[in-house]
Amino acid sequence: MNENKHLTVSSSPHIRSGDNTTSIMLDVIIALLPALCVSVYLFGLRALMIVAISVVSAVFFEWAYRKLMKKSSSIGDLSAAVTGMLLAFCLPANAPWWLPVVGAFFAIVIVKQLYGGIGKNFLNPALAARAFLFSWPVAMTTWMVPLSYNSILNLRAVDAVTGATPMANLHLGQLPESSVLDMFLGHTGGSLGEVSVVALLLGGIYLLVRRVISLRIPLSYLLTVAVLTFVFPKGDCDRLQWMLCHLCGGGLMLGAIFMATDYSTSPVTKKGQYIFGIGCGLLTVFIRYFGSYSEGVSYAILIMNLCVWLIDKTTLPRRFGVSRAQRRAEKAGSAAAKKEGGAP
Amino acid sequence: MAFKFFGGVHPNENKNPTNACPSTPSAPPAQVVIPMSLHIGTPCQPTVAVGDYVKLGQKIGDTDAPIAAPVHASVSGKVVAVEPRLHANGTKVNSVVIESDGQDTLCETIRVRSEAEVAALSGEEITAIIRDCGVVGMGGATFPTAFKITSGKGRVKTLVINGAECEPYITSDHRTMLEHPDEVLSGIRLLMRACGVEKASVGIETNKADAIALLRSKKPEKMGITIVPMRCRYPQGAEKQLIQTVTGREVPPGGLPADVGCAVFNVFTAYCVHRAVYENYPAVERVVTVAGSAVQRPMNLIVRIGTPLEHVFSLAGGFREQPKKVLMGGPMMGNAMFDLSVGTLKATNALLAFCEDEDQTLEDPTCIRCGRCTEVCPMRLLPLYMYMYERRSDYAMMEKYRITDCIECGACTYACPGRLHLTHAFRTGKAKLRAKAAEDKARAEEAKMQSEASEAAAGKEAGKNE
Repeated sequence: MNENKHLTVSSSPHIRSGDNTTSIMLDVIIALLPALCVSVYLFGLRALMIVAISVVSAVFFEWAYRKLMKKSSSIGDLSAAVTGMLLAFCLPANAPWWLPVVGAFFAIVIVKQLYGGIGKNFLNPALAARAFLFSWPVAMTTWMVPLSYNSILNLRAVDAVTGATPMANLHLGQLPESSVLDMFLGHTGGSLGEVSVVALLLGGIYLLVRRVISLRIPLSYLLTVAVLTFVFPKGDCDRLQWMLCHLCGGGLMLGAIFMATDYSTSPVTKKGQYIFGIGCGLLTVFIRYFGSYSEGVSYAILIMNLCVWLIDKTTLPRRFGVSRAQRRAEKAGSAAAKKEGGAP
Repeated sequence: MAFKFFGGVHPNENKNPTNACPSTPSAPPAQVVIPMSLHIGTPCQPTVAVGDYVKLGQKIGDTDAPIAAPVHASVSGKVVAVEPRLHANGTKVNSVVIESDGQDTLCETIRVRSEAEVAALSGEEITAIIRDCGVVGMGGATFPTAFKITSGKGRVKTLVINGAECEPYITSDHRTMLEHPDEVLSGIRLLMRACGVEKASVGIETNKADAIALLRSKKPEKMGITIVPMRCRYPQGAEKQLIQTVTGREVPPGGLPADVGCAVFNVFTAYCVHRAVYENYPAVERVVTVAGSAVQRPMNLIVRIGTPLEHVFSLAGGFREQPKKVLMGGPMMGNAMFDLSVGTLKATNALLAFCEDEDQTLEDPTCIRCGRCTEVCPMRLLPLYMYMYERRSDYAMMEKYRITDCIECGACTYACPGRLHLTHAFRTGKAKLRAKAAEDKARAEEAKMQSEASEAAAGKEAGKNE
């Protein structure tokens, strides 16, 4: 049986689903495209340039680091490209060109690769890089007024008109000048990719349909923010208006749909994902209300990122074949045994 | 619709090439290699010697051990060898090699029992016939059926009959239900009598709507048998998941179906039981789905146990091109074969041959923590953590993350976008745990013996001093 030498022997299962890491990352990139298009419309080609610089440098740093460390190349999984895109999305459109380069270096090399690469980092690379880039606060908070360019093709940052974002008003306890509809569509100041709620929601629906993300984290996150802002409005603002402005304002949608759902830095248990989402919501509102900076999404998510290990450990699903009552009885039994054992 | 089990996946079913192919009888092969271990439990001792002439259905191996089932000749002819031969599981197992005379002369023990005779049989007598005819779990587990009946007696209140056939490609049980609905129902009825229960449920996935309709048209409820249509979701046919779907109960960790008042039998087992009781016909053949991209004419064949795989494939028109992989069983839980001269087993329900390696292995599989494994795991485990601790050989954490609960269905590995070899790691992990438990036990015994020896020595010393 000479030809038998060609038979592959391996452990079951022998078939795999069509999804792989690359296809998932490609789905995320596709889901980010509507927001990118809106961004180019609002801020001109300069927005596209910032995204391009960010993506190219992220992919370059990923490739260079793995090459330098003699590790297998991982740029094919597109995760570096996703990080680059997300990083650019939380920068102002008129940020200096070197800002995304520095950010991409920090995100890819320090946050992701030094901890072992994809799946091993415990902080969201894009958000951690954004936090790092606040070392240049002026560059990070000079917001371009949408549609203020003299030509959509203009790539120079200095020509842009700058102004405040709705978050500044909310921070002072007043409703912003832009209407809720403007904020929903994106006709408002803010980071490059965070302004258009409708475009981000579109991307989110795509990710849900493709089963890349589940509703658990985004929904529990958004609901927590909605409930808190509705119950505790600041000043004498209309509750509903106040809540909607908080939901559509700042990086909440971008954060809830694309950042908090990041695989590496969110829990894998269902219960844990709800806890994670609620925690993000609580911290976001807390920082927005009581912090000295007007936006809290990125720090809320980063703080919750640090709790993922603990959340996963404490939310083991119920064991198959063991009912809740049995589990409680067992726990009580072992606690009692401990007490007895501990007594002299 | 029934209850649901957790998670699961839905691979491409690929049942179309064969689900309309009737099971075709095949001529006896020139030679059969029948291993003495065709079941879980104690292997049989050969009861024939080289040179003996055996008839089809004649007992050629048996043992007194409780967890065992006798082995019968699947052809008539001359015994040419009784020696260790390669088994489909990759080890060498004592086997009886029979050269067929092509006559298929039936053994005298095969005789028809009349309806009245069968009606007069007691539960114990039925169980004895089932054991004598070598019936084992035909779904793949090959647990001796008679032992399952006796060990569950008194505790089992309802039978769950497995007609799920959730593995892709396989249609052999589907065909059996379509071609022998009366025999299957009668076999279930006999199993109910043997177990002393009044109720049975047959779980069938809805992709076999014709089988569901046909079985229902036979008015099974009059016999206490319910047909339960189930959604198409792998691993619907896994024992624990099937019980959960049909009864809503969860088998406790490390427990048996009897712990929740159930016993599970495959539809083909029921068919074999019918033939055993009504014809005294032993388990010497099974319907096998022969399919896969490398097979010329995918079909369902009635194959005698011990038929070399290459012969089965040649009956299906041979290979379209040189296969890359040959599987015994389905693509999710089947075993890859490396030598096509091995014989089929009692529970071989499919032989698949593929041109392409559909495993899509990667050089550098990496977990991206997407959590899909936890979403599809029917046992509600966290495969990604089990994998991590298995790689580190962290025994305590492996146990904490319940690696021993894993049923090795492969759903997590199927769904993993990082292409990790999860299921394989859990098999090794369990083996590591078993090895460690054995080591610990041996060490404890040694320590005990040493302390006893030193005590005895001390006693002697004390005696001398006196």
